[in-house]
Amino acid sequence: MSSNRTDRAANVDWAILFACWLIASVATLGSLFFSDVLGFAPCVLCWYQRIFIYPLVLIFGAGLFSFDAGVIKYSLPLAIAGWFVALYHTLLYWGIVPKSIQPCSEGVPCTEKYLELFGFLSIPLLSLLAFSAVVTLLIVLKRRITA
Amino acid sequence: MKKGQIVVLSGIVLVTAFVLGSFLVKDRQRESLGSLARTNAEALIREHSPTLGDAAAKVVIVEFMDPGCETCRAFDPFIKQMMAAYPGKIRLVLRYAPLHQGADQMCAVLEAARRQGKYWEALQVMYDTQPQWADHHAPRPERIWQFLPAAGLDVNKLRRDMQDPVIARLIESDMADARTLSVTKTPGFFVNGKPLVVFGYDQLQLLVEEELRANY
Repeated sequence: MSSNRTDRAANVDWAILFACWLIASVATLGSLFFSDVLGFAPCVLCWYQRIFIYPLVLIFGAGLFSFDAGVIKYSLPLAIAGWFVALYHTLLYWGIVPKSIQPCSEGVPCTEKYLELFGFLSIPLLSLLAFSAVVTLLIVLKRRITA
Repeated sequence: MKKGQIVVLSGIVLVTAFVLGSFLVKDRQRESLGSLARTNAEALIREHSPTLGDAAAKVVIVEFMDPGCETCRAFDPFIKQMMAAYPGKIRLVLRYAPLHQGADQMCAVLEAARRQGKYWEALQVMYDTQPQWADHHAPRPERIWQFLPAAGLDVNKLRRDMQDPVIARLIESDMADARTLSVTKTPGFFVNGKPLVVFGYDQLQLLVEEELRANY
């Protein structure tokens, strides 16, 4: 952190990272709640998204104690990769990507409808929103710090 | 508040919410599965259901099972041990929930074996040799035929009997009961009509002991 940045700006930076951590934590616990408590079996694409969101909880967490801007460099690739899987999953779920090319032939189909909050918020869409928010916040944070 | 404390506190709040939520959901499931079993008591045990143990036993374990299910196999000795520990007090009733592919054929084999008075022997052979015919990646149900003679069965008669449509109807009616009672996984246990909601050896034992205390 450059010395001319005020405490206030540093607090905002920290709050942005904290928001990222909260989103990742809620997404992680939420996905575990769906699978282990409500018994919704996760499909293959769900697992790929889990691979990208679970480590973020620990990476963001570590970056929050003694704020380290270097956290962006390590977390952004994970978040972007997860965002692409979530986008693909959501398009598949909506039928925009044809089912015939989906990779999940065994187990749970990735278009299985478990829940749709308010009539449209499906699990893949929740994931896409979470990844989008994390990517956006990280880019904002990156700009603030390099500015 | 220090920033580190905010993180730790938030973590605690999130995990607590998760745990409370789980308890709430499990509680509601227990309630709804329990009332499902109460309102459909006739679906729990049918006249045709194979039964092991003293007919006068007051604790009745109903197990929805699949001969190809590994967990059913693992629970089998555990249940037998409990029955041996409380002689005459526990009765086991088996119901079919053939969820594995081709498992309905195995249930038909069991029913045909019953006509030769070798039901439990046939089941024992199936469980003992399960890894060899029910491999998840390459199930080879035809292999069961080489093991069945060990149960003292007339295999030719068995092959004829298992084609009897009465047996197919019996298995179908068991599956309908499983659906009615919302049994989606095997083994699915009910002890004196109470569903085992949180799955596990200890949980089943607790449920059985509770019923033993209540009835003896």
